[in-house]
Amino acid sequence: MSEFREFEKAEINAAAGASRRDFFKSAGMMVVGFAATGEAAKLAAQSPVNPTGLVDATKVDSWVSIAADESVTIYSGKCEFGQGFATVQMQLAAEELSIPMNRVKLIFCDTGVTPDQGVTSGSQSHIAEFGPGGLRQALDTARDALLQLASEWFDTTPDALTVKDGVVSPKSDPTQQITYGQLLEGQRFSLVLNSQTKPKDPKTYTILGTSVPRPEIPAKATGTFRYIQNVRVPGMLHGRVVRPPVVGAKVMSVDKGSVMGMPGVVQVVVKNNFVGVVADTQWHAIQAAGSLQVQWSDGDTLPDQATLASWMQTLPSADSLTLESGDTDANLAKATRTFSAQYLHPYQMHGAMAASCAVADVRGGSGPNALAKIWSATQGVYPQRDSVAVVLGIPKENIRVIFTESSGCYGLNGNDSVSYDAALLSQAVGKPVRVQWSRKDEHVQGESYGAAYAISLKAGVDAGGQISTWAYEAWTVSKGNRPNATTPGNILSGNLAGLPAPVPTPAKATPPTAFSNNNNSVANYLSGVVAGKPAGGTGTVNSARVLTHTVASPFFTGPLRSPARLQNTFANECFLDEIAAGLGMDPVDYRLRHLTDPRLIAVVQAAAKAAQWDTRPSPKDEHLPFGNPTGRGIACVLYEGNNGYSALVATVEVNRATGQVFVKRLTSAVESGPVSNPDGMVNQTEGGILQGMSRALFEQVKWNAKTGSITSFDWNTYPVFQWGMPVPVMKTVVINNPNVSQTGAGELGITLSAAAIGNAIFDAIGVRVRQLPYTPANVLAAMAASTGR
Amino acid sequence: MAVYKMTVNGVSVNLTADDPNTPLLYLLQEQVQTSGPKFGCGLGQCGACTVLANGQPIRSCITNVVDVAGATITTLEGLATPAGPHPVQQAFISQQAMQCGYCVSGPILYGKTFIDANPGATREQILNALGKTPLLCRCHAHNRMLDALVLYSQGKTQ
Repeated sequence: MSEFREFEKAEINAAAGASRRDFFKSAGMMVVGFAATGEAAKLAAQSPVNPTGLVDATKVDSWVSIAADESVTIYSGKCEFGQGFATVQMQLAAEELSIPMNRVKLIFCDTGVTPDQGVTSGSQSHIAEFGPGGLRQALDTARDALLQLASEWFDTTPDALTVKDGVVSPKSDPTQQITYGQLLEGQRFSLVLNSQTKPKDPKTYTILGTSVPRPEIPAKATGTFRYIQNVRVPGMLHGRVVRPPVVGAKVMSVDKGSVMGMPGVVQVVVKNNFVGVVADTQWHAIQAAGSLQVQWSDGDTLPDQATLASWMQTLPSADSLTLESGDTDANLAKATRTFSAQYLHPYQMHGAMAASCAVADVRGGSGPNALAKIWSATQGVYPQRDSVAVVLGIPKENIRVIFTESSGCYGLNGNDSVSYDAALLSQAVGKPVRVQWSRKDEHVQGESYGAAYAISLKAGVDAGGQISTWAYEAWTVSKGNRPNATTPGNILSGNLAGLPAPVPTPAKATPPTAFSNNNNSVANYLSGVVAGKPAGGTGTVNSARVLTHTVASPFFTGPLRSPARLQNTFANECFLDEIAAGLGMDPVDYRLRHLTDPRLIAVVQAAAKAAQWDTRPSPKDEHLPFGNPTGRGIACVLYEGNNGYSALVATVEVNRATGQVFVKRLTSAVESGPVSNPDGMVNQTEGGILQGMSRALFEQVKWNAKTGSITSFDWNTYPVFQWGMPVPVMKTVVINNPNVSQTGAGELGITLSAAAIGNAIFDAIGVRVRQLPYTPANVLAAMAASTGR
Repeated sequence: MAVYKMTVNGVSVNLTADDPNTPLLYLLQEQVQTSGPKFGCGLGQCGACTVLANGQPIRSCITNVVDVAGATITTLEGLATPAGPHPVQQAFISQQAMQCGYCVSGPILYGKTFIDANPGATREQILNALGKTPLLCRCHAHNRMLDALVLYSQGKTQ
């Protein structure tokens, strides 16, 4: 144990530079008298990898350290996946401490080293780090302490001081100077985060709010960046998993002898329905996995894909009632006009570029003396550590999970499951094991799919053309979710290894007592009436019912970029368009007359202006003598009801003969409060919008109910947007709003693509396609159904 | 165990394999420790594993080592010199033309090869050239990557 920890300590110090080691060597105390005496000896003895695995996030020293050489090291629980948040965190440190960017080092997502901030997901990173108890508060508490020290040094008050590049001077005499390093003399802060500290006013930002280039891009562009796939540990072996050929099949028998004579094969590992092989090289492991003889049972009975929506409606469900004003049926009955439609969204994949990969080094089997170290691209190192503890039967204090970047994951893909795989194989062989999935492992039995939805909507309109009532009823599917300490069977590998997974318990819904936007199931146009009063919606409609039924999914599901929010927004925003079209109203005007939130109104107007919106009712429905009809559509959202505003205008061309949709232009406006990095926000927004277009046009998981197998097993059978296809012209208006708090931005773009494109298709051809994706087959089917009516 | 001689990023190497059909990618990763080419699909469908063999882009995940014995292999990191990144890489850096960066061996190496043979190629021509072979970017940074390649085509880096 102690040897392990010594090893850990040396490694972390190497990563952090000498600064943190110097801190821990120092037994001195802060001179300003904040520190409790008696703590010094304990701190001096403490390893950078906390043996208990705990990092106290209420302490400033858990977040920031300043070395005598003036370098600043930041410790954070929010990871980098290519979204650029590492850069933003470094900007934040440079801004709040008034130091240059190049003096900031960032260490993130390493259990026992960085604060436990849960998972990096759901556009929550800005909220976490700029909000109470996050990185900004730690930095500001540290800055206040430094200014207090400097004020004593200069015998003045903190507000009489100014800081530039980490050098403090009295405002009255800039020739007098002292640096942060000189003030601290290599000591710790020994302070608790101060909830009353004042962050810098975003209006005065000089580093945040600018397009600081991402520091890791040169290494990525030149091929020298070390991803999880490049982690190498001395003595490391290569593992490969052997998954059930059909969904739900169980191991009947494994003929280990079928591969034990093959070159390089070390061991075949079987635990319940988890099967894997370990070999000396990747190719040997691949060959062995392909040759291993396993007898599998029959699999689960799968629903027929074509009738998934009606199948979902026959199952017992767990229900949630988000809004219930109690008067929707009555208001529908007395409405001047009524509208109804059902929207269908398929299962989709994260489809990461990288096949999932992890490296694990498990020593000593299981029990209190065993140790494990895992390199993983997980979104949450602490949740993974706590769940792996159950998987391996090792105390969580003996496990260290080190985040290492893989390709973009876009949510809960295979990164946790493959980490379990590596850990199980390493535990069995007692040596470090690297596992990299095949593409089929990833597509078919690896990742947790984004959920399918069937969403039925009804609305009533009064004599003045205003929406008087809105009823939403949805059916969706769920199996598993993120790994946690009690149910590691939430993801496939844990489930195969025999660990528990919860199943949705059917339950009737109870009326809401507080307002929730519930994953944007509440449309933008509702006021959100709870207990008789509007309570947090962004629209004018008081009469509403919003009811969601969740049934057991045949496949594992989990958060996929804009989970449920995208599906709901697709339905709600297309339906609003249907009503506007039915009334002969322009889609932008009709939205604006039902919106009450000025920030949402502002993004709709900004996107419409930037797109030179053609104000008129839809459809345009041109019948040209030659060429394809074109159309424009809009969609908007307040993400999750409180987490960033966006609007998107799509321009499309549709080939009536083939049903092919070509997206020509995508113009958006986004607002998330004060902008941290404008170029990064554009990169995120436009990447998201285009990824959303890929999902809208091409992506759906397919399966064969007769054989029980998933038939989307590679990039040919799960087609996506690829190089060579026309790339739409994109334009993004970033609205900086320094008067409100920071919110998320990573999912603002992707949430709207399907809705805006669907509305543009309707504008072009006068046919509403209510089933995603907008493949030629689905477009032609909608055209045929429309003609037949 | 057979030995396959080749030049990787200017260095003469002896790759060893008991199976002549071992894909080049794994040997580059395990025996030369290259980090430029990446495993994406193992099927030649995504381009993350792209390397140059005698100046032409190939998919190292489906290229058997025996078929490139004696070849000159250049990976993404081999484009750069001690003086710094290659101009096409400089253009990607200046345009911040990626998110996760896992796919970039594909667009950079296919783009560079096409543009070097067709100096001054237009955006449309570059896009068509990249479409001649299956290539993916799942972060969907296509517009920025095209911007970078157009700069390179014009002899610029920013």
